Amino acid sequence: MRDDKDLSEIRSIIARHKLWDLIFMIIGVFALMIAVLTFMALFAHMLIEGMPRLSWDFFTSFPSRRPGSAGILSAWVGTTLVMLVTAAAAVPMGIGAGIYLEEYAAKNIITEIIEINVTNLAGVPSIIYGLLALSLFVHQFGFGQSILSAGLALALLILPIVIVATREAIRAIPVVIREGAYALGATRWQTVSDHILPYSAAGILTGVIIGLARAIGETAPVITIGALTFIAFLPPSPFQDEFPFLSFEWLMAPFTVMPIQMFNWVSRPEAEFQINAAAAGLVLVVMTLTMNGLAIYLRYRMRKNLKW
Amino acid sequence: MVSDFPADNPRADAPDARYKSEVRNLSFYYGAFSALKNINMMLPEKRVTALIGPSGCGKSTFLRCFNRMHDLYPGNRYVGEIILHPDDVNILSRDVDPIEVRMRISMVFQKPNPFPKSIYENVAYGLRVRGVRQRAKLDEKVEEALRDAALWDEVKDRLNQLAYNLSGGQQQRLCIARALATDPEILLFDEPTSALDPIATASIEELITDLKDKVTILIVTHNMQQAARVSDFTAYMYLGELIEFDVTDTIFIKPKHKQTEDYITGRFG
Repeated sequence: MRDDKDLSEIRSIIARHKLWDLIFMIIGVFALMIAVLTFMALFAHMLIEGMPRLSWDFFTSFPSRRPGSAGILSAWVGTTLVMLVTAAAAVPMGIGAGIYLEEYAAKNIITEIIEINVTNLAGVPSIIYGLLALSLFVHQFGFGQSILSAGLALALLILPIVIVATREAIRAIPVVIREGAYALGATRWQTVSDHILPYSAAGILTGVIIGLARAIGETAPVITIGALTFIAFLPPSPFQDEFPFLSFEWLMAPFTVMPIQMFNWVSRPEAEFQINAAAAGLVLVVMTLTMNGLAIYLRYRMRKNLKW
Repeated sequence: MVSDFPADNPRADAPDARYKSEVRNLSFYYGAFSALKNINMMLPEKRVTALIGPSGCGKSTFLRCFNRMHDLYPGNRYVGEIILHPDDVNILSRDVDPIEVRMRISMVFQKPNPFPKSIYENVAYGLRVRGVRQRAKLDEKVEEALRDAALWDEVKDRLNQLAYNLSGGQQQRLCIARALATDPEILLFDEPTSALDPIATASIEELITDLKDKVTILIVTHNMQQAARVSDFTAYMYLGELIEFDVTDTIFIKPKHKQTEDYITGRFG
């Protein structure tokens, strides 16, 4: 039996220990607030400054010397086309590499080195990818200062993100599910295409979208390979009237992208151009947030049927 | 079944027993670690053979040799032979494709592991892997397998629902149906009821007893009562060795080895 004195002692010890919970919670909330509030403040500033400038004309006008009539047409079209090239290159390569490393590659020292390198590649400064693309794609392969070169440069940049996301999504599949497929006599490819890929699709897609959301805001590598800062025409349309109705001439066209357009306006002395920059920044942030939101939604939708 | 099973003989010399498979001098290595040591055993055809023994004795490792599951992971090595009758092929041979072995010998796992697909697609998957495309053939085989697994009446109206909507016991019977759909020659069970409640366990045990008319069964269990209830033959393993193999009644009533007796009576294990 305990007497009351014992019990009150236990209670005071608990109270003392719980103080640390409180202290840690305060520090944690404070740290979180710094991150969240900083972004909120930046976003609010851009919203207040740029929102009035947003109009249909802003999206359908080319850049101009007069800030009032300047728009982001060539920038958002350029960004969209570059992202298309990036996705088309990075998605199959990244998923393929991830599947190979997880399901096919023998576990030995060489794959171990490759694995470490892939993870490290995600930390290489983006301008290095720009320099690589400049010498390889622009000069060596002769793609020029084109949408194709920019798309491939950004694809290289996000490749590690896609590979790592693919591998993590595959690893989240329980061993017994893989073994269940193999035990029924499935080959590796049957296991991958019937099980591994469908069950990891949500995670892979999330990685792809997060990678693209990073690529969309990259400036340094795109400047390095020579994107234009002022461009008053669009690349050739991918659709045409005559057979085969699709054209790939746009791949070789000069271009600009959203962050470069912003950068260009920010460096102008006129105050009106700063407003343009804020408006373009707002569009860019909304694009990125939309992509991230899409990733979260898709992950939720596709994981609903997977219970493990 | 009455036994005059000679001591230390891998043959199950019960008068009416025929053999589906013969294990000869089987050793198995995870890297340098020897997990199975020179096992010799005959697997009686269309009978239930139970593998018992304390944790880590190698019973699951032994079971997984029969469908070459160890080939999925690097650094594993088999020594010796598992001969499969009637064609007398050594399924551990490097010349035999493990996929071919898995197409002849099915497995049911410890935890129910249905695919996140419909009930129908789960059962049909083994057939699809074998290239069956005709809907009528698939329908027929799926129904037959679900009936054999005593699940048909419970799921016939919701074949297109997700398998995860079934209870744990139903999921395990679904996995049995999936394994049966391809008419395996041997069915391996790796502690199939360890994740189930007693009622679901009873239904799985009943099913195993019913299935032995159709297929040779090898079951790993750490539940000795279960081995006594469902099996015709029992093998007791300890530290990677096969200590004793005999008719189940003999193992449980008159084991020849002191060690087996100690384990059966709960003095260790």
